[in-house]
Amino acid sequence: MEKFDVIVVGAGPSGNAATYTLAKAGLNVLQIERGESPGTKNVQGAILYADALEKIIPDFRSSAPLERHIAEQRMWLMDENQACTGMTYRDARFSQEPYNRYTIIRARFDRWFSDQVKGAGALVVCETTVTELLREKSGKVIGVRTEREHGDIYADCVILADGANALLGSRAGLRPEIKAADMALAVKEVLFLPKETIDARFNLNGNQGLVIEIAGNITHGMVGTGFLYTNKDSISVGIGCMLSDMKRQTLTPYQLLEGLKCHPTVKPLLDGAEMKEYAAHLIPEGGYKALPTLYGDGWLVVGDSAGFVNAVHREGSNLAMTSGRMAAESLIALKASRKSFDAANLAEYKRRLDNSFVMEDLKKYEDVPDFLAEQSHFLNVYPRFLGDAAKEFFTVDGVSKRAKQQKIMAELKGKRSLLGLLGDAYRFWRAFR
Amino acid sequence: MNIANEFALPTINVEAKLFQNRYRVDTGRPHIKVRNPTTCLTCDLKPCTVCCPAGCWRAEEGGKIDLVVDGCLECGTCRLVCDAGNVDWNYPRGGFGILFKFG
Repeated sequence: MEKFDVIVVGAGPSGNAATYTLAKAGLNVLQIERGESPGTKNVQGAILYADALEKIIPDFRSSAPLERHIAEQRMWLMDENQACTGMTYRDARFSQEPYNRYTIIRARFDRWFSDQVKGAGALVVCETTVTELLREKSGKVIGVRTEREHGDIYADCVILADGANALLGSRAGLRPEIKAADMALAVKEVLFLPKETIDARFNLNGNQGLVIEIAGNITHGMVGTGFLYTNKDSISVGIGCMLSDMKRQTLTPYQLLEGLKCHPTVKPLLDGAEMKEYAAHLIPEGGYKALPTLYGDGWLVVGDSAGFVNAVHREGSNLAMTSGRMAAESLIALKASRKSFDAANLAEYKRRLDNSFVMEDLKKYEDVPDFLAEQSHFLNVYPRFLGDAAKEFFTVDGVSKRAKQQKIMAELKGKRSLLGLLGDAYRFWRAFR
Repeated sequence: MNIANEFALPTINVEAKLFQNRYRVDTGRPHIKVRNPTTCLTCDLKPCTVCCPAGCWRAEEGGKIDLVVDGCLECGTCRLVCDAGNVDWNYPRGGFGILFKFG
């Protein structure tokens, strides 16, 4: 029976990065994907961060299906039905070639990435679900079981790129089961409009695109955020909340999404658009403290399956690609020096991650998930206060500015005591410093 | 944490949304099952019926649960919000289930 050097489970960003890198180096690698074709099971906002892909496919811009490069970023704080305050960043120095980030449509992008993987020499098998890991008595992983007849396949190492649910690892007892408290559920619609309409509504030109990240009471007190991204001739609109919050209330995910779409600031932007797909996906947002064991005898875990998401900066696919690449590079280095893929040698993967932005960023924000879970008023009290304060500030009505200022401060103190405010400032600094 | 639902959001017909999606349904082989239906009778909150983004889980009279997985988006939410661990959750067979056009 044929035995592979490496089996990669999954054809998302981490699995594709790993498989591509391994195949390029000449390893005998098999990638297994459960979708009809790569991309048909994958969901993302989606923003592509160029740097992580550039380190794998330097000239990706010449062939990858990119929607728009990001020329403008907005951050909006919204209350649930009226106000929106925010910040806009547009800068000719940021918006120049080579562009730093792009909007993408994942089904198209993943198909392209998979074509590169096949071109590099990997064997890619689709429409096949891996049901469990094959292990020796010692616990060493020696292959995978698929649902197909005679579906056991063997390899020296298995890379788990099986996505946020991380079923294979937890079923094999390599890691604890994922928890609602560490996962966000995001729902998204793709809404189509003519390119010219999008350009005009968002003040865009050519391939310029725009990103809006949204926080505030649109999540109805739950920890979560919304987003709006412009593609070439469509708009991706979504909202996500922590599952531990969602399970304790009565609004459905599609009601939350409708609330965002109907907000007076958002609604005119989507007017007349045709909805062509409704998607949902889990996002591992537990951060550093929720990371599982990352390697063992004969296995490594990468991407969402490992929980590599920087929720604060809305980054995930770049951590996924980087972890996939580093998993592959570790295996390539071990193979070159004729070392086995046992746990002691695979610690190399963790060392590479530790020395990269992946672990450094996750560590930096390790207290943020707990902070947000305990201090959820940050996402409701302050956005509403900002809206109220802005209304006071911008309404010219004969009341003196000093009196307005006093009124705003009195309102703030009515929402949070002075000690509460100081405490909030301190806790915020502690969690995000 | 205190979650107040102060504003009544509109009732949404999620089926109309799912109608836009592409599926290959594995007829007669649901990939998600309720392990023990009687356990659901004692569950008051029934978070599966609230959190499922595809509305696959519906509460019926008498506290029963009706599960139809045809519109499932394969996110995994139902498995995680069930405190009783009563959801037997698997991915569909290869090639079946949701087929995202855009993703």
